[in-house]
Amino acid sequence: MTMRLPIRLASVALAFAVVALAGPSARAADTPDPVADAKAFQKFFKDKFPQLKPDDFVNGPYSMNEDLHRQWEEKEQFPPYEFALEAGKEMFAKPFKNGKTYADCFPNGGIGIRQNYPYFDEKEEGKVITLELALNRCREANGEAPLSYVKDDMASLTAYMAYTSRGKPMDIKVPNDPRALEAYENGKRYFYTRRGQLNFSCATCHVQSPGERIRAEILAPALGILNAMPIYRSEWSGMGTTSRRFTTCNSQIRGVPLSPQDEDYRDLEYFLSYVSNGLPISGPGARP
Amino acid sequence: MRALLLIAGLLFAGSAPALAASEADFKAAFATAEAAEKEAGQLRNQWTTTEAALAAAKKAAAAGDFDQAVSSAKEAEALAKASIFQATSEKERWKDMEIR
Repeated sequence: MTMRLPIRLASVALAFAVVALAGPSARAADTPDPVADAKAFQKFFKDKFPQLKPDDFVNGPYSMNEDLHRQWEEKEQFPPYEFALEAGKEMFAKPFKNGKTYADCFPNGGIGIRQNYPYFDEKEEGKVITLELALNRCREANGEAPLSYVKDDMASLTAYMAYTSRGKPMDIKVPNDPRALEAYENGKRYFYTRRGQLNFSCATCHVQSPGERIRAEILAPALGILNAMPIYRSEWSGMGTTSRRFTTCNSQIRGVPLSPQDEDYRDLEYFLSYVSNGLPISGPGARP
Repeated sequence: MRALLLIAGLLFAGSAPALAASEADFKAAFATAEAAEKEAGQLRNQWTTTEAALAAAKKAAAAGDFDQAVSSAKEAEALAKASIFQATSEKERWKDMEIR
């Protein structure tokens, strides 16, 4: 009996010690760490596809096997996005009614800057600003009506801006600002959360199953998936923006999509772009 | 004899047609389904199939087919409740899928 008390006390002390040790590490695991995330994310895909060069991931399904890669090479000789690219170049140069142009709204006149979008706007609203959103804000600030976020003119404009940035490594910054970290974490949460009647998350297709077929499609890896945006999709018979990709992904899993450029989608784009930092911009792209 | 009468009674009750649904039944079922779908919307997790079932219920009611309307509304309610369950359970479960 006298022996039991010290044993009990020792057990209680041990339990407290375990809790005390586990506490900070458990909290640390919940603190957003974008640098560690990006490192783990890129390692996961490089380990899964050791035969691919890191830069190949930006070619999506066309990087997944040799046959598809050959198809991509042939497609690039007469790329289906060429018309949109030409239209985008013209639109970009054409002045608004007030005489200003898109170039007046962007750093470096909008040329070669795609790799820096989306960015976190620390100074004003404390939210993620995507390239599509910045383009429409530019229009509105100059007295023009906003464009549809999902296709046509917006896809042409972003196609041209991506083209002028081709080969530049994605370079997204997450500043040490709690709001930026929360936006990043929200994007990550959205990416991994299952939704829709099919109970799929973005990761179900683009982390667990890249290279596999879903019906007639070959799924693209999540790494570098936005570097090719906007894309011409044969399935759409036309161009589509990042907004179009997100909303159609949601519909395909039988979830009601959010509005294009909803804050959740902007945060998702922020997360997905950040973890692909260092991979080259390849947009505009073409997909089956 | 009593047992026979009881069996006959049960058989009769079983073969009797169910009462047809009324407009009031539809309205009650639709309101319940709509409330559940609204809750799913607050969780930002509505399903397209729920929306389709709600639309089908409305369409059947407009055509005066309240049996079908009630059936579709109940289907919508079940789907909406499943989407609420999904959104609630995913609040923490998404971390299981995270690349670390």
